[in-house]
Amino acid sequence: MASALSTRNLNKSFGSLVVAQNIALELPQGVRYALIGPNGAGKTTLMNLMTGMLRPDSGHIFLGTEEITHLKPDARVKRGLARTFQINTLFPQLSAIEAVTLAVLEREGKASNWWRSLPGFGPAIGEAHAILESLKVPPTRETRELPYGQQRLLEIALALATRPKVLLLDEPAAGVPKDESAALFDAIANLSQSLTILFIEHDMDVVFRFASRIIVMVGGRILVEGPPAEIARDERVREVYLGKAHA
Amino acid sequence: MRWHPLEIVFWLCTLLPFVLTPTYLSLASQIAITALFALSLDLILGYAGIVSLGHAAFFGVGAYSAGLLAKHYWGEPLAGLLLAGVVAGIVGYATSHIIVRFRHLALIMLTMGFGLLLHEAANSASPVTGGADGLQGINVGTLFGFKFDMFGRTAYAYSLAVLFLTFLVARRIIHSPFGLALRGIRENATRMPAIGAPSRAHLRKAYTIAAVIAGLAGALLTHTTSTVSLEVLSFGRSADVLVILILGGAGRLYGGIVGAIIYMVARDQFSGINPQFWYFWIGLLLVLVVLFLPNGILGGLRALHKKSQ
Amino acid sequence: MLSSLAAVLFDGFAYGMLLFLLSVGLSVTLGMMNFVNLAHCSFAMVGGYATVTLVNNFGWPFLATLPMAFILGAAVSVILERTLYRRLYRASDLDQCLFTIGIVFISVAAFAWFYTSEQQSARPPEWLRSTISFAGVNFAGYRLFLIVVGLAITIALVLLLEKTRFGAQVRAAVDNQRMARGLGIDVDRSFMYTFALGGGLAGLGGALAIEVVGLDPTFALAYLVYVLIVVAVGGLGSIGGSFAAAAVLGVSDMAGKYYFPWLGAFLIYLVMVALLMWRPSGLFGKR
Repeated sequence: MASALSTRNLNKSFGSLVVAQNIALELPQGVRYALIGPNGAGKTTLMNLMTGMLRPDSGHIFLGTEEITHLKPDARVKRGLARTFQINTLFPQLSAIEAVTLAVLEREGKASNWWRSLPGFGPAIGEAHAILESLKVPPTRETRELPYGQQRLLEIALALATRPKVLLLDEPAAGVPKDESAALFDAIANLSQSLTILFIEHDMDVVFRFASRIIVMVGGRILVEGPPAEIARDERVREVYLGKAHA
Repeated sequence: MRWHPLEIVFWLCTLLPFVLTPTYLSLASQIAITALFALSLDLILGYAGIVSLGHAAFFGVGAYSAGLLAKHYWGEPLAGLLLAGVVAGIVGYATSHIIVRFRHLALIMLTMGFGLLLHEAANSASPVTGGADGLQGINVGTLFGFKFDMFGRTAYAYSLAVLFLTFLVARRIIHSPFGLALRGIRENATRMPAIGAPSRAHLRKAYTIAAVIAGLAGALLTHTTSTVSLEVLSFGRSADVLVILILGGAGRLYGGIVGAIIYMVARDQFSGINPQFWYFWIGLLLVLVVLFLPNGILGGLRALHKKSQ
Repeated sequence: MLSSLAAVLFDGFAYGMLLFLLSVGLSVTLGMMNFVNLAHCSFAMVGGYATVTLVNNFGWPFLATLPMAFILGAAVSVILERTLYRRLYRASDLDQCLFTIGIVFISVAAFAWFYTSEQQSARPPEWLRSTISFAGVNFAGYRLFLIVVGLAITIALVLLLEKTRFGAQVRAAVDNQRMARGLGIDVDRSFMYTFALGGGLAGLGGALAIEVVGLDPTFALAYLVYVLIVVAVGGLGSIGGSFAAAAVLGVSDMAGKYYFPWLGAFLIYLVMVALLMWRPSGLFGKR
């Protein structure tokens, strides 16, 4: 069976700074992957390359069997690749329900409709409500008035509204205090099992709890990849982290 | 989408000039025209977030189209109105392909550049446009049998009707999924592609619609004044409409109308005063609005309303 | 034919030097802080009117007023920056535009109030205004003076930027402000000095411009367009870019006026639009 998301020979440099070197990945469907590595290893860059926000110098990216290397970001989303951002990238003055409804409508291609009024799109609004409820985000308040933890959940809600097959989460609990991040990861754990998830994370507790496989990146290259137990024992990984077992 | 009682009161009040201030009907039509122009800018600035310093380009294109039609071929105002909208829309659609690819300073400069280009082109093409003297000898026909006379009744009825109908369309757009998408682009242009939105396509559409409406406003000016001056394409006009929209409050649908009323009435009242003073007060107003009333007058009113609750 | 070409190039380049002086400050401050200061040409007016007053009311020799024009331009810009502009560094492009346009309007009205709307003049000394004949072409002395001043200042600026610590700080801040702060560079202070320098140069430009294009209260708006074109086309934060763009613009304007008068400024705007579409960050801008 074709993997959900795969890359071949992905390369990217900014001048003499190599941010991605020969990245080859195969993510099978339904598996939860953690992407770890020191700061500056190129993890977010890799996500930017996968989603199309950055163009690779060479290499290929596949979503399922389809090559998406040259597709624009919104086209990749339409084919089932969604992401969240490390820093909240939300719509400050839109309410949560407006934001998620917009995502649903865009998915259905109905956002170009300028003649019918929004309340007439019941099913879309209903779906948005359901997503927000499942993540326990209040629908009617403006995004900028939501507490930080709920904004992070809204980040995920927006991505889910696109009905992705592959979900890329960039440090989903970044900036969220330890006690709130548990709720966040519970929400992630409850996500559909058919969803393939790749998440960047620094907290090793979280990584070992939620990931079924771990990818370690250093200096733009993939150092090693495998199940958590193997990675924990790997000498090279320990070296890289220099004893930083907890973020 | 329900109409707020204040809205109904407002639109009813627009009929008052016929009865209360019949000598000011010419001014009233100019206010309606400016309001329409500001409304068109609101669509791209207030809702989609495109800062344009050259929106007068479409206003001017509409004005000249209507003027040329009336002068050489056919004086029927509605035909001129239709032509103005179509031509402005085509120009808007064409330039939108370029505009939507840029942001920040480059975008501002490009919009300004297009405006300046068109102004210069019209200035140079004297045989067609009359150059710096503008178009003269325009014979505007009757509107449903009513003449455009110096009392201004026909002018105001015409301008008000077009403003209201266009307003209805704009209102529908704002409350539609497309309107929501535009707000999404304004709120966070980076996020939009990440939720699968074709931002550029949305922006091109909004820019074209805004161009059509601006063109209609330009045609109204031609029909109500029977002239087209080169000034309709000027940078000053682009800057003025921007000030007016910000004054009233962008992104609030009524901001352009409110701003137009205040600006035009004030200008009329102070027209006797040296133009230098006018610029001083406008400048001071701009500075104060940015510092203290970032959402314009309507935004300020809304904040007051929220506070009092 | 060739002599007229030489004349156009000469006059155009001189005009370009004037535009450079007026624009370079805006280019660097825009590149450093991303602050859209549309009131930049108001500083030019400060310098210009300072020279006018000193020459006509106080009998100063023209050349002696030039340093004063620079100092006053710098002083006014710093005062404005410290009191008002600082509050708007995080504001949106639109807000910055509107605010600074407001400042321009106020300055236009203020100068019109104090000096009337009439054209002002402040004549440079006779020997500067003489003409030099060389190889069959008449070179206006004042334009030569402009070129010399322009080149001298360009060299001084480049040396300042490349050889001094202050210059290194400015370059770092233009390149990556967050990084520069992280390295301990006092970006705000560098910005203030840069702003002062830019405002001073604009003031100097305004004073020098009197003899070439005159001075009246609408100067701040009329030349704003040209300055913006130089900055946008040259690239934000680039002295070399401003120099090149100003030279190109100056020569194109002269050439246009001489060879295609019916085109008017159309050529300039077309060149700007085309260049911006090709290189949105300007010819020498970042990325």
